Amino acid sequence: MAILSSAQQRNTTLTTLKPELVASLPQTFGDYLEELPPYHEQLTLDFSPSSAPPRKRWRNNGRSADFLADFLVTCLPEIETEKDRRWQAEIKDAVSYIANELLENAMKYSDQSQGTCTRIHLYFDGSCILFLTQNNVHLEEVETFQSHIHELLTADPQELYITRLEESVESENNGSGLGLLTMINDYEAKLSWKFEQAGENLSSTEIAVTTMVQLEI
Amino acid sequence: MKVVQENYQIVYQPEDSTIHCKGSLRLNGQEEDYKRINNLLEQVIESEPPSVTLNLQELNFLNSLGINMLSKFVIKIRKKKFIKVIVQGAKDTPWQEKSLKNLQRLMPSLSLQLD
Repeated sequence: MAILSSAQQRNTTLTTLKPELVASLPQTFGDYLEELPPYHEQLTLDFSPSSAPPRKRWRNNGRSADFLADFLVTCLPEIETEKDRRWQAEIKDAVSYIANELLENAMKYSDQSQGTCTRIHLYFDGSCILFLTQNNVHLEEVETFQSHIHELLTADPQELYITRLEESVESENNGSGLGLLTMINDYEAKLSWKFEQAGENLSSTEIAVTTMVQLEI
Repeated sequence: MKVVQENYQIVYQPEDSTIHCKGSLRLNGQEEDYKRINNLLEQVIESEPPSVTLNLQELNFLNSLGINMLSKFVIKIRKKKFIKVIVQGAKDTPWQEKSLKNLQRLMPSLSLQLD
């Protein structure tokens, strides 16, 4: 009887379930930076799905986003004028909004049954803030997710924003993708994604997704 | 009518038809409070005042679910053609200057006052 290694078993399952999807990995969408520029300042936070009940973890998303925003402000030049103060307040507000939305999305869409961590990195090089969130999603969710991404990257984001809102009243849903559209429309952020096979010790039904947000300041 | 929590307050004053939203509103769609705030907004619409003021001047943060909730409120009230809507915001709160204009795109007659 042939005995498969865990990696072979995993690949067998992935290939069996979604062979075309697996063959396409790793796959990127949007202007994804494979090689990160030399960032001067960075901060990484990891969150375990079992660290606290969901309600508390949701509240922690906001606190963590505010913490990341406070950290980023310490990297900015000293305030000298009222204009500087306003500029700094805008950046802090933007980092808090974007980080919170990314953490909320990671929590909503992660495959939490496997207990894998969500990670957020914040990088800053003096002119660009880069956010990276890494989480795993269930294989069955990937195609729907990629189809949403395709729509986000190809449609007119302003029109799509209004369409999603109008639809959400009719269908009584909560406006899926609204946080990402707000980043694009109101914060002029650039979004991109990378899908790849999750690490060897993870379940065969998980795909690792990295969401990248680039914010020029 | 009001929903008050540690981080935020949503209070409706019927005497001047004003909904005051204060604090940091980062709702989760699964939470009971989200439904309670939605119910409060629905009741305001059903009471059909001649005008409604949404005072957001002390609302420091709003997540996308909160944006969705306020947008739905504007879309629903838009259907009651006779109700005027005034949104009061603060220029010093950056997200308001960036995002509140979207409410006006949903309802062009909405009066947006950023002070």
